[in-house]
Amino acid sequence: METLLAFVIGALVAVAVYQLQRRDLVRMVIGIVILSNAVNLLLFTLGRMTRAEAPLIEIGAKLPPEGSANPLSQALILTAIVIGFGLLAFSLVLVYRAYRSLDTVDAQDFVELEFDDA
Amino acid sequence: MRLSLILRTAARLLVPLMILFSVFLMLRGHNEAGGGFIGGLVGASAFALYAMAYGTKDARRALYADPRTLMASGVGIALVSALIPLFSGAPFFKGLWTTLPGGLKLGTPILFDIGVYLLVVGMTLVVIYELDDDGLSLFPRENRRGTTPSSS
Amino acid sequence: MDADLLLILPLVLPLAAAVLALLFRNVPRVQAGINLISMSGVLAASLGLLAIINEQGIQAFASGGWPAPFGIVLVADYLSVIMLIVSAIIGVAVAVYAIPNIDTERVHFGFYPFMNLLMLGINGSFLTGDLFNLYVWFEVMLISSFVLIVLGNTEDQLAGAVKYVMINLVSSLFFLTGAGLVYGTAGTLNMAELSLVLNEVESSGLVTIISMMFLISFGIKAALFPLFFWLPASYHTPPAAVSAFFAGLLTKVGVYAMIRVFTLLFTQDIGYTHTTMLMWVAGLTMVTGVLGAAAQNDFRRVLSFHIVSQIGYMIMGLAIYTPLALIGAVFYIIHHIIVKANLFLVSGVAQRLGGSFSLKKLKGLYAHHPGLAILFLIPAFSLAGFPPLSGFWAKLVLAKAGIEAGAYGIVAVAIAVGLFTMFSMTKIWVKAFLPGSSEPGAASENGTPERTPMTMGTRLMYVPIAALAAVTIMISVFAGPVFDLAERSANELSDSSAYIEAVLGHEEPAADPYTRLDLDRRSGGVHAR
Repeated sequence: METLLAFVIGALVAVAVYQLQRRDLVRMVIGIVILSNAVNLLLFTLGRMTRAEAPLIEIGAKLPPEGSANPLSQALILTAIVIGFGLLAFSLVLVYRAYRSLDTVDAQDFVELEFDDA
Repeated sequence: MRLSLILRTAARLLVPLMILFSVFLMLRGHNEAGGGFIGGLVGASAFALYAMAYGTKDARRALYADPRTLMASGVGIALVSALIPLFSGAPFFKGLWTTLPGGLKLGTPILFDIGVYLLVVGMTLVVIYELDDDGLSLFPRENRRGTTPSSS
Repeated sequence: MDADLLLILPLVLPLAAAVLALLFRNVPRVQAGINLISMSGVLAASLGLLAIINEQGIQAFASGGWPAPFGIVLVADYLSVIMLIVSAIIGVAVAVYAIPNIDTERVHFGFYPFMNLLMLGINGSFLTGDLFNLYVWFEVMLISSFVLIVLGNTEDQLAGAVKYVMINLVSSLFFLTGAGLVYGTAGTLNMAELSLVLNEVESSGLVTIISMMFLISFGIKAALFPLFFWLPASYHTPPAAVSAFFAGLLTKVGVYAMIRVFTLLFTQDIGYTHTTMLMWVAGLTMVTGVLGAAAQNDFRRVLSFHIVSQIGYMIMGLAIYTPLALIGAVFYIIHHIIVKANLFLVSGVAQRLGGSFSLKKLKGLYAHHPGLAILFLIPAFSLAGFPPLSGFWAKLVLAKAGIEAGAYGIVAVAIAVGLFTMFSMTKIWVKAFLPGSSEPGAASENGTPERTPMTMGTRLMYVPIAALAAVTIMISVFAGPVFDLAERSANELSDSSAYIEAVLGHEEPAADPYTRLDLDRRSGGVHAR
C-alpha cells in the first residue's frame, strides 16, 4: 500500500511541477493546489498505513490498541488542509484582482512590469 | 446571472435546513466526525446559496452582522476559551469541563469550536462577498422582483 | 510575574489586539491606540522574559497541560527572547510611524488587525518548540504579510504580491514536506526530542537530504542566494511602514528558523551541511545582493538588495559554526533588524518630502532637511560597517571567527561586500541628499528643489526614526553587554543539552507507538510505558 501511494504522490508532484512551470497564473495556482494535496498524502503515508481502527485508548490502558490508525498524521493533514484552504482562497482572489487591474495572467508580463520603472 | 424562481424557492427551504445542519455538525464534532470548521463551511455555504438566489445585498441583510464582526468575535471567543483556564490556575489552553444539572457537559473546547465556527463563516463570506463586489458575476444583480437591473 | 504568563503574552496580546482592532474597524484612532498598546505590551513582556531567563535559565511551557513530546511546547531561550525583544522594538516604532504613513483607506481595509496578526505569527515562530507548530506560525505570518503587501491594491503592489505569494506558497510546501519526512523518520516533531533522535538514525544520509528540504524552504523565506528574487520584486511596493516591518523582520524569521534547525536538529554532517552548503550559499548571497543593489535606482530597491546581501553575513556565522561565529550571527541579526527597518522608515520620509522613491527624481534633501540626512547617515554607516557603529562590531566578530576557523575565503568576501555596501549607501546619499547636477527642468537653478513644508505627520514620522537611530548608537556604545547577551545565546546554541533538558526534563522521552513500532529504535521503549 505504501509503495502504491508513493507512486501516486510522485505522479501528483510531477503534474504539479509541470503546472507550476506554465506561464498562466491560474495554472500555477492549480499546480500549487495539486502540490499541496501531494504533500498531504505524503504526510498521511509517513504516519504509516494500517487497517482502519479508531485510535481510542481503552480505560486503564496507556497506549491505543495495536494496529489502530495514527491520529497525529491525520491531525497534521487536517491542519495543513485548513491552512491550504485559506491560502488557496487568498491566491485565487489575488490572481483575479491582478487580472482585473493589470489585464493579464501571463507570468512573463509580470516580469516585464518589474523592470518597467527601474 | 439572473434570478431563478426555482433556485429562490428551493433556497427558502434549504437555507434554514443548512444552517441547522451546520450547528448540528459543530456540536457533533465533540465526539464524532464534524466540528467547528466543517460546520462553519456548511453555514457559510447556506448564506452563499442565499446570495446566489437573491443577490449578496439581501444575503448581507439576512445575516444581520457584518462578516468581519463575525470573524472578530470568533477569534475573540476562541481566545477567551484558551484564557479561561488561567483563572482557575490551569495552564493556558487546558480543556476544562463542568457538568450542568441534568448531565449536560459544558467545557472550553465547545467554546473554542463555536469561535472557530464563527470565524469560518465570517471569513468565507468575506471572500465571497468581496468577489461579488469585484464584479465576478456569480450572483444575481437584479432586485427581488427581477424588474430593474441594478447598475454596476 | 509568572514565567508561563510572560511566555504566552507575546501571543495573546497581538491576537486580542487584532480582534479589538477588527471590532473598532471604523475608528482609526482607536485602532492606532490598540496597536501601540499591544506592541508596547509585547516589548514589556519580552523584557520581563529576558529577566526571568537571566535568573532561571531556559523557560518551557506545555500548552494545555500536555507534557512535552505529546503537546505543543513554547520555549524561550536567549535566542528566542533576543528576537522577541528586537522585533517588538520594530513593532513599536512602526506602530508610531504608521499613524501618519498609512492612509485611511488602508486602515479601513484592516491594516491594524493584520499588523497584529503578523506580529502574532512572528512571535509564535520565535517561541514554539515544535516543528509542525513552527509551520503553522509561518503560515499565520505569511497570510498576514500577503494581505499587508496587497493592501491598497495599486498595480505595483499586485504585480509584486503575485510573485511574493507564489514563491512563498511553494516554500511552505517544502517546509511541510520536510516536517512530514522528519516525522516519518524520527517519529516526533518536538524539536528537543528530535535533537536526540535524529542523531540515532542509522541512515544519516536521509537526514541530510531532509535537512536540504529545510534549507530550501527557509532559504526562500530568508532570501538566500538562488531563491531571493521575490524580495526585491515586492518589498518596494507597499507603504514605507509595511516595507520597513517586512524588511526588518520577515526574512529574519527565516534566518532564525535556519539557525534553530541547523544548530538543534541537523548537526550530523556538519562538513557537508554547514561547511560546504551553507558557506557557499552565504558567500554567493552576499555577493549577488550587493551587486544587484549597485544596478538599482529606487531608494527601496537598493535597500531590498542589501537585505539579501546582509542575510549572507548571518548565514556565514551559522556556516562557520564555532561559538564565536554564532555570537557574530546573533549580534548581526540584532544590529541588522534595527538598522534595516530604520533605513526603510527614512525612505518613507524622503518620499514624503521629495515626492518620490526614485533616486533619479530625489535630490537636495540635505539643504532643507539636514536632520533627516543625519538620521539617514547613522543607519547607513552602520549598515556598511563603519567604526564605531554597530555594524562594525558585528562584522568584526564574524571576521575574527572566520579567521580563527581558517575560512579565509568567506572573510575576504565579507570585507569586499562591506566596501560595496559603502558604495551603495554613498550613492543614495549623493543622489537623494546632495544637490543634483543641473538637469533641464530642475526646480531651481542650483539643483535644489523647493522646500516641502513639514506637516505634523512628517514630524511624527521622525520620532521612530530618531528612536531607532538612538538604539543603533546604544548598541554601538554598549557593544560589550550586547556581545555578552549574544554570547550566552551562542553558548545555548552550541550545546543544546540545556534546551533539551528544559523541554523534556530528565525523563527518557516516551516513544510514539505508530512510527516506531517498526523502527524499534529504543528497545523496549514502546510497551514498557
